[in-house]
Amino acid sequence: MTSIAINASSAIGGAAAADMHAPVRISVRHLDFFYSDFRGLKDISLDFYDRQVTALIGPSGCGKSTLLRTFNRIYSLYPEQRAQGEILLDGQNILASSVDVNELRARVGMVFQKPTPFPMSIHDNIAFGIRLYEKLSKADLEDRVEQALRKAALWDEVKDKLRQSGMGLSGGQQQRLCIARTIAQRPEVILLDEPTSALDPISTGKIEELIEQLRAEFTIVIVTHNMQQAARISQFTAFMYLGELVEFGPTSKMFMTPNKKQTQDYITGRFG
Amino acid sequence: MAEHIVSSYDNDLQSLRRRISEMGGIAEKMLVDAIAALVRSDLPLAQSVISSDSRLDLLQREVEENAILTIARRQPLAVDLRETISAIRVSGDVERIGDLAKNIAKRAVAIGGPFQAQKIVVGVQHMSDLVLGQLKDVLDAYAQQDTVRALDVWQRDGAIDALYTSLFRELLTYMMEDPRNISFCTHLLFCAKNIERIGDHTTNIAETVYYLVTGETLAIDRPKNDRSIDVAKAGA
Repeated sequence: MTSIAINASSAIGGAAAADMHAPVRISVRHLDFFYSDFRGLKDISLDFYDRQVTALIGPSGCGKSTLLRTFNRIYSLYPEQRAQGEILLDGQNILASSVDVNELRARVGMVFQKPTPFPMSIHDNIAFGIRLYEKLSKADLEDRVEQALRKAALWDEVKDKLRQSGMGLSGGQQQRLCIARTIAQRPEVILLDEPTSALDPISTGKIEELIEQLRAEFTIVIVTHNMQQAARISQFTAFMYLGELVEFGPTSKMFMTPNKKQTQDYITGRFG
Repeated sequence: MAEHIVSSYDNDLQSLRRRISEMGGIAEKMLVDAIAALVRSDLPLAQSVISSDSRLDLLQREVEENAILTIARRQPLAVDLRETISAIRVSGDVERIGDLAKNIAKRAVAIGGPFQAQKIVVGVQHMSDLVLGQLKDVLDAYAQQDTVRALDVWQRDGAIDALYTSLFRELLTYMMEDPRNISFCTHLLFCAKNIERIGDHTTNIAETVYYLVTGETLAIDRPKNDRSIDVAKAGA
């Protein structure tokens, strides 16, 4: 027999193909997570690559949001929740007790499912976080606010009403404001927890376009229930089920020829 | 494979499979009848082949429309996406097979009467038997998602090409021997070429079956034994 297989898995959707040589930014090693006695994550080991978008998919309760919440230790707001194992951010274990969580949260920004603008002006929504960590001159601060809004593709829409309340923006604009607020901190990693599930298709498109642009600067991890969205915007995809990592790989492979039957059943809507 | 949570999704995919299965049956019958019409100079049979092509065209259009609708409505992924895309490809190949069989039937009508050279007609019939076996096998491989059978079809096509080369050579000889043979020999040559092309479409379908099941494409280079170009050069 002369021939056979040529790998058919090329990139799908608009997103760039996975960079298999990108350096590891976050390395999760044997991570367990507990809500009191309930073990929400079971021995997760997984790498997240620099300036790549990684999508976490899986049915509700599979642990994907839990995993996301460990990266900035936001879970530590709740005393009954704890993580065991290691999460190395640039080689440093962020679960170590010596880590300053406020500094960590400036390095690892997070955007939630529902837009959460502060009840203050558009300008102050951005400036508030910057002022917490940095003493900037007025001119520098204004510049940072503008840059953040520009990177979040919101500047043109709000530049004439920076002093108006952020609460008066549309849902999609509010979400981009939250992304701008995150970017203003100059984080290394951006965590997105179902950032478009409350948005209309046009706002969703704008956020997806934004994610694609932000990838040039940031390592992005996104939790989404929308399979097509994961296929469109991510370079890597991890499928989780019942607190375990079932399969991880380049998105083009995961959505065309997944290795595990469980993954295939889930992404094709056969999950009982 | 497990059923979809949304059962109408399964119905959509089943209806694609059903239509392709009907198309396969029609195309097989068209080829058998077209060759029989050619060999026996059976003009009514040839006419019936010509008229059955429209049903094939209609089915192909339906498969295409439904596959596009499925993509738009369901956004299929993984095996479902491969199945939907494969349905479009296979229906296209089967529709072309129908066109080629129809062309053989038209040539049977054009030739009109019995042949002087029965030996050559036997050669065409033999070639068509081989291709018909390929077509049956590949349609079964598609229905059963059987890659072993699909690969077998893919590799056997070389024998059809070799037979075509030999028929080509013989027909050239007949034409050189007596110019009165040129007309019917040309028609037969086109018939042989049509059969050879049908063989090519069966290998396309075999490649699609392999892709459908494994998600991988077969190598570009398939065993080929069509040397008719060399024969023509040597004769010139």
